Amino acid sequence: MSAKWIAVLAAGLLTACSSAPRSTGDLGVVVERADGRLIVVESSTNTRLGTVSGLGDLSHASVVFSRDERFAYVFGRDGGLTKVDLLERRIAKRVVQSGNSIGGAISQDGRLVAVANYEPGGVKVFDAETLELVADIPAVGADGQRSKVVGLEDSTDNVFAFSLYDSGEIWVADLKNPKAPRLTKHTGIGKQPYDALISLDGRTYLAGLFGEDGIAMLDLWKPEQGVRRVLDHYGRGQEPLPVYKMPHLEGWAASGNHAFLPAIGRHEVLVVDMTTWKEVGRLPVAGQPVFAMLRPDGRQLWVNFALPDNGKVQVFDVPTGKLLRTLEPGKAVLHMEFTPRGERVWMSARDSDKVVVFDTATLEKVAEMPATKPSGIFFTARAHRIGL
Amino acid sequence: MRMLAAAFLLIAAPALASEPTADRAAELKDMVIQDCGSCHGMTMKGGLGLPLTRDRLAEIPAEALSAAILDGRPGTPMPPWRGMLNEAEADWIARYLKGETDVR
Repeated sequence: MSAKWIAVLAAGLLTACSSAPRSTGDLGVVVERADGRLIVVESSTNTRLGTVSGLGDLSHASVVFSRDERFAYVFGRDGGLTKVDLLERRIAKRVVQSGNSIGGAISQDGRLVAVANYEPGGVKVFDAETLELVADIPAVGADGQRSKVVGLEDSTDNVFAFSLYDSGEIWVADLKNPKAPRLTKHTGIGKQPYDALISLDGRTYLAGLFGEDGIAMLDLWKPEQGVRRVLDHYGRGQEPLPVYKMPHLEGWAASGNHAFLPAIGRHEVLVVDMTTWKEVGRLPVAGQPVFAMLRPDGRQLWVNFALPDNGKVQVFDVPTGKLLRTLEPGKAVLHMEFTPRGERVWMSARDSDKVVVFDTATLEKVAEMPATKPSGIFFTARAHRIGL
Repeated sequence: MRMLAAAFLLIAAPALASEPTADRAAELKDMVIQDCGSCHGMTMKGGLGLPLTRDRLAEIPAEALSAAILDGRPGTPMPPWRGMLNEAEADWIARYLKGETDVR
């Protein structure tokens, strides 16, 4: 065989390798917040596959996935909305749609991507395929002022719910007809809603209030009942501690009838009965909780913390409420993400410049990989869950 | 001469002691970008917190910024950082944000 033929054969083999089918169900991304870059990872073998750069200011970036789990929609702080192709590891589309944004959501049918903006305050809705603007919803509150939007969540029937931080409102936008959104506005829901979550069935929207002790709750199956206040005065009038990092509510944690919510300005996680919306207990924790997340089976609760306790992660046994272990996975643990069925959890240790992977049964570290100032970690399995 | 050196030390010591060391300054810089950046944006263009760009801060005296850092701003999520920063460190951050040239 001539050298020429060998070269042709080799080229053929290379092509075959690079075009081999690859699935996406165990893929995910790690945000390298300071460098505007994503690391594409694979959770079955804890592997780093490559990176995608050029995503702008990714402080507080969050990600949702297309229903085919091939594309990640990345919401950047600088108003950038970027559609990233995980298979080809490149930017498929990118628009800078506002001056300052905080996060977003994808519709139930996967056709609309909505972004919550701080500046100018409002929600913009884009075609998931093309990233063309479909609807623009300026958040002008009852006070006539434009408000920052937080806690944008997707529900069923292409409905989105979000909160107006400055004017204290919850709006529901029905986008069954995307060109003509139907808005329902709930005003006077409490001071400074700072984040929100929606239950996995898309029914219950909860907005945490920063300016008051309590949580605003809207039943999307019974919107005529309006917004109710739950867990009022959970701080019992005590002065809250300085909050060095806002808690995040999106890691909705519900096990059986119980939901677990980070208490703001307190070293506690609140345990709530979701049938009565009454507090049924509190877990004392090592610091001010940021995320309180349940392993997907609901048996363990994992909690990370604000400064100065952000090097710790605590794991609780849910049935007994007992602390199983206090881990120190690295410096400044910003985020945790469970594998789809929860046998492992990935954690970003920002100031250690690494991502660590723990086995949730043994609570031991099983892998780590370098990452530059990692923040959010998002696995593609989120594509198939409401509110994530 | 020895007396003179001692006298110099007496006068200079408090200032020297309170100015953050180069290592500490590097930590503070990191803290501004990473932790303050969570609310104010890593490029300081704002978020839930106000923008802290040099243009915007030009009119605000360093002392006022330093006071906001140490004591927070009641009614907003800006917390008092007094438990984590001393006055010289808050002052360093205030001058760093304003882009004053003697702060590296």
